Formats: sequence, structure tokens, C-alpha cells
Amino acid sequence: MTAIKMRAQCPLPTLDFDVITLGHGSGGLLTHKLLDSGVFDLLENDILNEKHDGAFLNIKGQIAMTTDSFVVSPIFFPGGDIGELAVNGTVNDLAMCGAIPKYLSLSFIIEEGLSMKLFWDILVSIKFACEQAGVKVVTGDTKVVEKGKGDGIFINTTGIGELHPDAQIAERNIKTGDKIIVSGPIAQHGIAIMSVRDGLEFETEIESDTRNLNHITRDILDHYGENIHLMRDPTRGGVGTVLSEICKSSKIGIDISQQSLPIDEQVEGACEMLGLDPLYVANEGLFLAFVDASVAEECLDMIKSWEETERAQIIGEVVEDHSGQVILQSTIGGRRVVNMLPGEQLPRIC
Amino acid sequence: MKYLSEYRNPELVNKYLERLHAITTQPWTIMEVCGGQTHSLVKNGILNLLPDKITMVHGPGCPVCVTPLNLIDKAIYLAEQEEVILCSFGDMLRVPGSERSLLQAKANGADVRILYSPLEAVKLAEQNPDKEVVFFAVGFETTAPANALSVVHAIRSNVTNYSILASHVLVPPAMRAILADDENLIQGFLAAGHVCAIMGLEEYYPISEEYNIPIVATGFEPVDLLQGILMTVEQLEKGEAKVDNQYSRIVESKGNTNAQDLIKRVFKIADREWRGIGTIPMSGYEVRRELEHYDANKRFEVKVEKVPECADCIAGQVLKGLKKPHECSQFGKKCTPSNPLGAPMVSTEGACAAYYHFANIESEEEVV
Repeated sequence: MTAIKMRAQCPLPTLDFDVITLGHGSGGLLTHKLLDSGVFDLLENDILNEKHDGAFLNIKGQIAMTTDSFVVSPIFFPGGDIGELAVNGTVNDLAMCGAIPKYLSLSFIIEEGLSMKLFWDILVSIKFACEQAGVKVVTGDTKVVEKGKGDGIFINTTGIGELHPDAQIAERNIKTGDKIIVSGPIAQHGIAIMSVRDGLEFETEIESDTRNLNHITRDILDHYGENIHLMRDPTRGGVGTVLSEICKSSKIGIDISQQSLPIDEQVEGACEMLGLDPLYVANEGLFLAFVDASVAEECLDMIKSWEETERAQIIGEVVEDHSGQVILQSTIGGRRVVNMLPGEQLPRIC
Repeated sequence: MKYLSEYRNPELVNKYLERLHAITTQPWTIMEVCGGQTHSLVKNGILNLLPDKITMVHGPGCPVCVTPLNLIDKAIYLAEQEEVILCSFGDMLRVPGSERSLLQAKANGADVRILYSPLEAVKLAEQNPDKEVVFFAVGFETTAPANALSVVHAIRSNVTNYSILASHVLVPPAMRAILADDENLIQGFLAAGHVCAIMGLEEYYPISEEYNIPIVATGFEPVDLLQGILMTVEQLEKGEAKVDNQYSRIVESKGNTNAQDLIKRVFKIADREWRGIGTIPMSGYEVRRELEHYDANKRFEVKVEKVPECADCIAGQVLKGLKKPHECSQFGKKCTPSNPLGAPMVSTEGACAAYYHFANIESEEEVV
């Protein structure tokens, strides 16, 4: 709802072009026209307003830095769009480091012919996502490639954040007995995207879970600081791949229970129909936290007190046995290993 | 989820397991024919809940696994032609051909699309009249009706730039081939529930009688599988050998006659090569001669050389149930789902990939 309200407040400025052309990436007059006729105003803040080649930043103490590129197709999908994703994705990567996200760079690679209206909608969405997360776009770049050499628009964002003073996030801090919390229902984003892909369209109300997580992670770090041993956002590859990765690199064993994995009924149905394992389907606004057993229940309650993560659950724990492997206890009581996803998850024949 | 959670009910599972443990007095070797059943057995961790005396052997019912190398090379060749859009079910894309997979061909610029329904391919042909749209029609009796329907639909809508590269295989001839093998160990079959939903049960009576073996049409959920195994073991323990139906909520004795008619309209039964097993007489479908306009095999001159299978791969023995995937010297070493030497390592329905992904706890050391 808020996103729609925002759009109404940010009408498309009057421009003398209705599509992006190669000239808009030339660095010349057209580039300036494009930026000055709306982009700078829309994303404005004290640092960006300097319009320098780079940004001057004031940062205290240790910083975290991350970068990510966004190439999602379609550009607008149920529950979000590439702009929102580009902000939230980088904000969340910083949040997973135990940092408080502050500044973003924003780079576009645009395929010529992209409608100006669409570009504007993406910008508005970026502005909205930045406000929600409390971050500033402080520098950026726009390049335009010839028709056929891109897929509408690609976005890269780099983010910088200040490390939370109490954060002690590192795989080496994980210990036996740690509880693993997942912040909400899994596999929403991947299935939402799939439901609108060419050739696979199906009717559903499933929406992407794209959202920022930095306020929630800051809240738990404020209260439980060093008891939060690790946080990860299981985006591509899903929960299964991330847990398996952690197990292998830090030589711990993980037990998870299928019964406690939160999943939306429609998502589960879509996965059944498409022959996909929800453990390997992408998420965007979800995190996994390895929390000291002594505070795990309280921490879970705190996460659940936030509306967007009210379906958080403890899904498993770190164990001494089977080092390097995630073992899933199936609903019926069987046990199996959860391995990393090899390549793309491909739908089965029947 | 309604209509599914009932069949994943832990109490029912336990009930069947207890009964199974109680009645099993001798060692029995049972084959689940369908890859979907293998996938479910391994994914739900059922194999290690069964009595030690019961050995499940994973059958050849994975269409990806048995599609011959030569045909995959043909599909790749077609995909690489400028005018062709090659459409396929998702998991065919990673299957290794002799030089590359469809996925690699796609990365090199071939127009390869993943579809869920062959009817989508007909739509694509309508939308791209200057292209040739070829659907890689693989599968058992289960996918044959939809593939046949796509041809019927193309005829009806006068779509002439559509054809199928058919690689359909049939279950009963494969079961016979396994039973006739001198090394055969199989004492009971879980027949593939969805194949039976289309074809019914009648074709299994002569097999059961001739080879004196229980055959139970079985579904795919944990409760289905355990009930199917229980029904098979009950027969084995009593010395009976008959055809039974665990999956009666879906399978009727005569099957789906409309679907069967559709199959007959488009396909005829022919000899078919099975990857890793060899040619089995009258074990597949090919497009009827009068519809050859829709048969990519006839429509395009495809010249691909016959290349022998990778010598290190024991897929044939795995598909016949003579060896378990982790008994292969290359399993998890040279052969992994990201670099499969043979087809059973590709689809998660394939026995090797199922073992690799969900690694049986007992064999886990060999997987790492």
C-alpha cells in the first residue's frame, strides 16, 4: 500500500523523451538532462547533492562493505521490482554482517529502448526502499547498451555500513547447541518470480518476500549482541544451500526438522506442482540466525514481535555429530542429508 | 496441504512400518519402478526406516535417465540450428550428450526453452511463424497423452511449424527385460502409479503370472509407498503373486481410456533403445507414419554420429537394479550432479542423483 502512495506523490517529470536512448549514457547533455530532470531530486540527500565524482562520507569505527548486481526478469514481479530488490539486497547483506547500513552506490546498465516511465517507476521504488531502510544513495552511474545487449535494466549497488558495537558475527563463533532461527516462510521470492516467467505462468497470489531486515537485526543485536553467532540471508540457492555451505566450511553438524520449517501453503503447492524443493528456492527478505541456546527462545520472541517476521521459527540446531552435513528429519521421521544445490534447480518431467 | 498431508501422516506411516516389521521374516528384494518413487523414498528418508531384510532396488523409471545418448545429441543438433526453437522439460537440459548438454548448447546461443506443457510449445509455434518449434517429447506413458495432444492441437489449429522429437518409453517391456535377465534379483514390483493411471492394470497380469511375481500399483507419498511395500511383502510372505492396486484413488483397472485413444491416434509402438540398457523390442512410442510432418526425426535431416557411453559409468547396472549408485567407483568423485558422467546422476529422479542429493545416511561417507 505504501509503495502505491509513494508513486502517487512522485509523478513522472515532464521529459522530452519517452524511452532511454544510447545518448542517455553518453555522459553528455542527455545524461545531464536525465539526471537533472528528476533523478537527483528524487534521491536527493546532503551527500548526493554535492554532485561530485564520488561521495565524501563520515563513518565511525569499523565498517562493513558489500556489493551485489541485480538482473531479475521480469523487472516488475508480484510483491516487488528490481529497484526495491537492489536496495534491500545490499542492505540485507550488510545487516547479515552485523552492520548498520548507511550508504549505497547505485549503478544502472540500461538497454536502449527502456521506457522512461518504467525507469521512473524503478527510481521511485528505489527511493521508497532507501527511506524504509534508512540508507542514502550517495553516488552512482548510468550506462546505456545497445538494444539486444541487455535485458531491460541491470542494477548494481554497493553498500557501506557501520558495524554494530556489540556484533560478533563469524562462522568461527558458532558452537554446538546453537539454535537456528529462520525469520519467516521460505521460498516465497523464487516461486513469485517463477509464477510470472514466460512459459511457466500460473495463477497465484504468492508475492516476493523482498524487504529490508536491518531494523530487525539491529534490534536483536542491541539486545543479544555476542549471543548472535551468525546471520545469513538465504537468497539464491535457498535455505538448504546456505546451511550446507556453513556446515562444510565451519565443519559443524546441523540437524533441522522439516515439520518446523515455515512455508506458505500456496508456495508449498506450487513447489509440489513444479517439482521443486522449497529448501532450494530463492528468498529475498529472509534471514537465518545462529543464536546461543541460552537466549534463543527470547530472541525468537523478539523477532516474532516484528510484523514482517511474525512467522519466525527455530528450525534446528548445531550438533556435534555428522560434521560437515545438514541432516533433515522428515515429517514422517526419516532422515536425509541436505546438500548444496548443483547449478540451477530444474523442474522435473513428471 | 489437502490431499497430500493425509498421505504424509506420521501416525499412519508408523502404523504401516510396525506392521511391516512384524510380518517380514525373510529377506526380500523389491523394485520401485518409477523415479518419482525413488525420489520420494530417499527424500523422506524412508529407506532407513524399513526392516533390514527389505532391499529396495531403484528401477529404470526415470525418463531422463533412459533417453539414449544419440537422441540427446539429435536434440542438441536441432537446438543449434538457426531456425529452431527447441522446447524441453526442465531436467532434460542438464543430461550430458556425447559432447555437451542442452544447457551448454543454450549457453552457446542455442534457443532452448524450458516448458511445463507441450501445449505451450504449440502456442510458441503460433507466435513465431518464421521459426521451427520442436518439442523434445520424452517420458513414459504418463507424458505421452499430453505430447500426443500437442500434435492434435497443432493439426486442429493449422500450426505447421511444430514437431516433436519423441523418445517415449514403456514400462511393461522394461519390467520384462529386467525379469528375463539371468542376474535378476527382483522378487516384487511397485508399479509406477501415474503410468497405471493412464494405462490401467491389465498389462501387468500376464507379467505377474508368467514370472510369478507380485506387482502393486503404488503412489508417491510416504504413506502410499509404505502401504505399497507392505502389500508386496504380505504377498511374498504368503507365497502369492498377483497384481494389486495401492493407488486406487487415482488408478482404475482400465486406466484413462481417453488418454489411451489420444496416444494411439498419434503414436505407434516400436523398438526403442534405452540408455544404459540397450534396445528393448516394442518398448517405446514413435509418431505414426501418416503424421510424419510432426515428427522432428523425419522432418529434419539430423546426422549425428553414434558415440559409445562413458566406460566408467555403470548406469545400466544401476537401472537394472544390479548395483547401488554408491557402489560405482566414480560416484561422488568424477561423477556428480554438476558434472554427470551418466544420466541417472542428472534428474533428482535418477537413482544416482537421488542418492547424491539426499545421501543415504549409511553411504554418506562415500558422498563427501
